[in-house]
Amino acid sequence: MSALLEIRDLDVHFSTPDGDIHAVKKVSLDIAEGTCLGVVGESGSGKSQLFLAAMGLLAANGRTSGSVRYRGQELLGLEPRELNQYRGSKITMIFQDPLTSLTPHMTIGAQIMEALTLHQKMPREEAERRIREILEYVRIPEAARRMKQYPHELSGGMRQRVMIAMATITGPDLVIADEPTTALDVTVQAQILEILRALKTDKKTALALISHDMGVIAGSADQVQVMRHGEVVERGDVDEIFYAPRHDYTRMLLGSMPRLDQEPDLAASSAKLLLDVEDVKVTFPIKGEGFFAPPRLLRAVDGISFTLRAGETLGVVGESGCGKSTLARAVLQLIPPDSGQVVWLGRDLTVEKQDAIRRARKDFQIVFQDPLASLDPRMPVGVSIAEPLRALEPGLTRNEIRARVAAIMRKAGLDPAWINRYPHELSGGQNQRVGIARAMIVEPKMVVCDEAVSALDVSIQAQIVALIKSLQAETGMAMIFISHDLSVVRQLSHRVMVLYLGRVVETAAADDLYRDPRHPYTRALLSAVPTPDPRRERARKRTLLTGDLPSPLDSRAPLAFLKSRRVDDPQAEQYRPQLLEVSAGHFVAEHDPP
Amino acid sequence: MIGYALKRFLGALPTLFIIVTVAFFMMRAAPGGPFDAARKLPPEIERNVKAAYNLDKPLIVQYGIYLERLAQGDLGPSFKNKDFTVAQLIGIGLPVSMRLGLLAMALAISLGVSLGVWAALRQNQWQDYSVMTVAMFGITVPTFVTAPLLTLLFGVYGVHIFGLEFNLPVGGWNGGAWRNMALPVVVLSLPQIAIIARLTRGSMIEVLRSNYIRTARAKGLSANAVVLRHALRAALLPLVSYLGPAVAGILTGSLIVEEIFGVPGIGRYFIQAALNRDYTLVMGVVICYAALIVLLNFIADMIYGLLDPRVRLS
Repeated sequence: MSALLEIRDLDVHFSTPDGDIHAVKKVSLDIAEGTCLGVVGESGSGKSQLFLAAMGLLAANGRTSGSVRYRGQELLGLEPRELNQYRGSKITMIFQDPLTSLTPHMTIGAQIMEALTLHQKMPREEAERRIREILEYVRIPEAARRMKQYPHELSGGMRQRVMIAMATITGPDLVIADEPTTALDVTVQAQILEILRALKTDKKTALALISHDMGVIAGSADQVQVMRHGEVVERGDVDEIFYAPRHDYTRMLLGSMPRLDQEPDLAASSAKLLLDVEDVKVTFPIKGEGFFAPPRLLRAVDGISFTLRAGETLGVVGESGCGKSTLARAVLQLIPPDSGQVVWLGRDLTVEKQDAIRRARKDFQIVFQDPLASLDPRMPVGVSIAEPLRALEPGLTRNEIRARVAAIMRKAGLDPAWINRYPHELSGGQNQRVGIARAMIVEPKMVVCDEAVSALDVSIQAQIVALIKSLQAETGMAMIFISHDLSVVRQLSHRVMVLYLGRVVETAAADDLYRDPRHPYTRALLSAVPTPDPRRERARKRTLLTGDLPSPLDSRAPLAFLKSRRVDDPQAEQYRPQLLEVSAGHFVAEHDPP
Repeated sequence: MIGYALKRFLGALPTLFIIVTVAFFMMRAAPGGPFDAARKLPPEIERNVKAAYNLDKPLIVQYGIYLERLAQGDLGPSFKNKDFTVAQLIGIGLPVSMRLGLLAMALAISLGVSLGVWAALRQNQWQDYSVMTVAMFGITVPTFVTAPLLTLLFGVYGVHIFGLEFNLPVGGWNGGAWRNMALPVVVLSLPQIAIIARLTRGSMIEVLRSNYIRTARAKGLSANAVVLRHALRAALLPLVSYLGPAVAGILTGSLIVEEIFGVPGIGRYFIQAALNRDYTLVMGVVICYAALIVLLNFIADMIYGLLDPRVRLS
């Protein structure tokens, strides 16, 4: 069988003020009709640029050489008009980050319409019918209404479905999906991957699936190609790559993947109670719809209680909008909670004065998600690291501060000679080490990690997780580890708490929760996590949640899993599901039987 | 929508009140008065004149009287142009200035946007560099230099371009004849063309780098469709914010251009009134200008909402 798309010796160069960058180096690949090629690699591996170059979509400073053939027709070097006979019609693309990838000022109906009528002339009614059909196919309910909406009015998952609808409405032979699920929650990711797989089986569309996530590739790809630094290091059948990798880099990638089925070895926690959070609530007023409408309350954190002991790690998982970051900020008194208590070592912080809280900050620090954005770009990293020390332990001499900074940098795996470097001169992983060093320098009793490893490549992620573990073993600090990624949380947590729209739906010792999830939401979350195991992925029956998360403004939302108790009046104050202890230390919120 | 307009209108009232107050007292703080002419009036006549205009009363009382009349829509009589009220003078001058300004702005927007987009599409090529160099001249060379130069070329020498001889009048209004308006409109629009071209180029380049432009190209759209349908609207947003106050400035007349070409617009009145201490006329022009700014900023916000559904008012 001849290949649908044949790429031979593709080279991509970018000329930049800092010199020439060789982004893709002599890459060749074939995609056969109706098959899925997974292209996996970390950031900077050139996996996206490879396909952008093939489609003539490089930035202005990029140059391409080599050969790209579609059904024997050479695409490189074609005039845009000739290339557009294939691009957008026979070969289409789905991009990462559907919010920025859709034109903000056009309705989604108009954007899909444009893709269709550009390549196939047809009457307007016919086109609209086709659009409604395709929106239904990608499972967007109320298609007629959605067509009149703008991208910002849709959720992330809906927007990505629109992208898929746009890319498939012309009936392409090949869809290139560039990190199609990267910015999405796991349950939404599972839905999107399901649609992409259906495309392959129902419509015999070939798929190029570009991803950094081995788990995503495992469930969908037939062939896999592993890239690093612009080169293909290994290629083969999906089973070969996953079960018998030959290249060290592939092995390293697979080894770095955090897995749900791996029981971590964690240092035991002590019995000393540090933190006791009691029924904390945080609400934000949201402007009402009408002109004079009173503001409505968004219950970001709606009555959460937990305790934390010295040396213990509490994993907090949940999807975007579940209130996990708000909870962290409320616990650290970065946002004052509306009600409830945060008792730190016997003192209720919610009633303390600002000044006392500030002094107490020495004991609890936070590490943020985006390491580059959360460091001051104009401050050398040494100064950033020293800053909490200057603020919280005044009276130290310059030499003492310098010694402490050097010591903590060494512990965090940073070269102390780098104190005068700026964040932009370091890599993402190094910057996150700076963030950790900055949090750890005051020797806190508790550190909150808010999505601390989410923005990092898997290999770097594994290193940072190992670093956090070793620091915890050494100092005996307690930790609240917040993440949307259930597998990473597994690697670190003694106990896990699952949040859904500002409330706890299940909490238990990590082993119990992962082995025996009780709440339907926890089950759906766990079942949505892709694992780097193709056979299991193929065999697995998923419990998919359908549709979007309900709006947290809807007072009925907390009863999404307890519909039997719901009062169908959006204005009415609703019952809140109670946590029931199903076995020792394993609490599950009330829910309807599935 | 109507509620929003009403809210904006009510919100503008305090702003206008503060402007009126500040302008009133600053005007009076300047030395001299409307009747301090070279030829001194006899004291009793001066006293009578001042009494007639309430200028003999304490400042705060004058302010009160002014506000009271203003609330009734009366801008008062002009102190210098004896037979006219301020409202009449503005009624004569403003339409002239607005006509000139609107034409200049229309020319500036159409040319400036086209040049800016063209330069952006050819970023860092010779077309881009030449447009930007010329634009730099347009911004730096003041109108009192371009006005006499163009007058010399097109009015005095009568330059031939494309076989047409240009022999335009060098001044006068002539009831707003096209030939009379040509030079002032061009002079007025030159710096605006330059600014608009630079603004448009900058934002266009930024928009062309965005992800949704890549999506549009991946759909197989032609370069023209990508620019017109997907890029232009977003690229015009910064321009809209600039145009609100800029249009207000140009509509209320340019002192230099109106003076050089002898155009009977409001800009000239304003300067003459300020020099003559024609208190009521200055106040009238200030209020007019402030109201225009408020109105045009409102219009700019509305256009912003039309261009970008994300800021559309619910």
